[in-house]
Amino acid sequence: MSFLSIRELSVRLKGGPPLLRRVSLDVAAGEVRGLVGESGAGKSMIGKAVLGILPGSVEVTGGEIRLDGVDLLALPPAERRRRIGATAALIPQDPLTALNPSRRIGGQITDRLVDILGWERGRAEARARELLAEVQIPEPERVLRNYPHELSGGMRQRILIASAFAAEPKLIVADEPTTALDVTVQKQILKLIAGMQARHGTALLFVTHDLGVVSKVCQSLSVLYAGMVVEDARVRDFFAAPKHAYSAALLAATPKYTDPMASLTPVPDAVIEAVRAEVAAADRGGHG
Amino acid sequence: MLDGRSMVRRRAGARLWLSAGWLGLLCVIAVFAPWIAPKDPLAQDLFLGRLPPFWVAGAEPGYLLGTDSLGRDVLSRILYGVRVALSVALVAGTITCIVGATLGLMAGFLRGWVDLVISRFIDIWMAFPPVLFSILLIAVLGPGLFSIILAIVVIDWTRFARVVRAEAMAQGAMDYVASARVAGRGRLGTMVREILPNVLPTIVVLLTLEMGIAVIVEAILSFVNLSIATDDPTWGGMIAEGRTSVHQAWWVLVFPLVTLFLTVLAFSQLGEGLKDRFDPVLR
Repeated sequence: MSFLSIRELSVRLKGGPPLLRRVSLDVAAGEVRGLVGESGAGKSMIGKAVLGILPGSVEVTGGEIRLDGVDLLALPPAERRRRIGATAALIPQDPLTALNPSRRIGGQITDRLVDILGWERGRAEARARELLAEVQIPEPERVLRNYPHELSGGMRQRILIASAFAAEPKLIVADEPTTALDVTVQKQILKLIAGMQARHGTALLFVTHDLGVVSKVCQSLSVLYAGMVVEDARVRDFFAAPKHAYSAALLAATPKYTDPMASLTPVPDAVIEAVRAEVAAADRGGHG
Repeated sequence: MLDGRSMVRRRAGARLWLSAGWLGLLCVIAVFAPWIAPKDPLAQDLFLGRLPPFWVAGAEPGYLLGTDSLGRDVLSRILYGVRVALSVALVAGTITCIVGATLGLMAGFLRGWVDLVISRFIDIWMAFPPVLFSILLIAVLGPGLFSIILAIVVIDWTRFARVVRAEAMAQGAMDYVASARVAGRGRLGTMVREILPNVLPTIVVLLTLEMGIAVIVEAILSFVNLSIATDDPTWGGMIAEGRTSVHQAWWVLVFPLVTLFLTVLAFSQLGEGLKDRFDPVLR
């Protein structure tokens, strides 16, 4: 049985157009699933829905999100928050805004351990030191007492990764964790996340628009267009032969490092039209 | 990998020390006015009226900054005037800050109908002309220290509410707030422990500005004789009196004016200095 199971999840802007159209996907325990699509396809929205941090301007109109067998959407807010806090975590996109600038690093890592899991402060701090060492931060003792602005972007992303793994969550949502970093640091961070994931056996929902990244770290992936899952495949099968025309075009549009000039192929208009028609048909089906 | 960022230590700078020094001096004067003031600020002596300050010919020893038209010692009156000015600044500034910042924080972070109600309320409130509103308030409540403080709070809370709301909204959109929420922190806890510390530098700057404004408002109300009883020395009252005799005795007008100016300046510079020193984010 999969650890995270999303069924027919629909989300829309309050009084506005749908953002997610009956999305279904599964993440098995210890599995890494990529979530790809162009900007605005709803990748991050799925991650936010799972973690219960959807902005106030959107609403869930249907479906269920089962985390470890329990439908989160059916739970009262306080209970939902406690359950998410105990079993899931977030690796955010922008390390520069993801740490509270006016609090020391130590407290921001240990909060969850103390507040949710009820650990003693001393034990939580020992754990934080251990984690910082695991993400290869030198002098963890000192870094715990630092403020975020005293550290570099790459360091901060390492800290956020350590922090996400702190409470040994069963599921981590990584929301484009390397987008805000420069290319040389990106590679290290990816390696780090993949390594941590493998060691801790954590399921990972990896939101990205980079198919290259997907091929390196994921086992399965969902391709989104306009809030609809157009393809759900194993990574090996997908890169061998994508089933949907849109995902094939997306794959063809990925720049190749071997031939940077020739490879900038846009997704053909015909494919876009076809997938739009498909979305419209699904919308009509949903109502009728 | 560790770089120099954690080594940066900012110097407090002359701005902070000068303004804090001046305000500290005023605090000492306010507390010890009866022991510091050379003369009784209320004692009149018509034979000693309009004495010039000590460096001008015709000055009388013991009246360092001269006397007003009723022969009252200008220096002693300024020193006693510190009491009214500072108590209004501290009390009115603090209460205004607490009321305004609380409402602004709630509106900016909780959003939704809370924001709607508070924001519309602010808009309506700001439509009232502030000077007329304060004079009306004091006319209804009767003049006095309490009325002045209340008038300042009632009129100026919107200043805090608006700025803090905007700042809280900006902070609320940051990823660290989302992280805190995922980690199981409730809305109230997030607001107080995550957002508030980041809005605090802004609040401190506003608070010091507000204290300066409170000093000016008190002076204005004293100037139009709506402050405390006329006999008691206030800077605004002294300025009003000095204005009438500025051609004969400029010192009655100039010294309280300079004191007022320096005090308001010190409050605003204190805010900037504190922000430079303590804001954890280098901006």
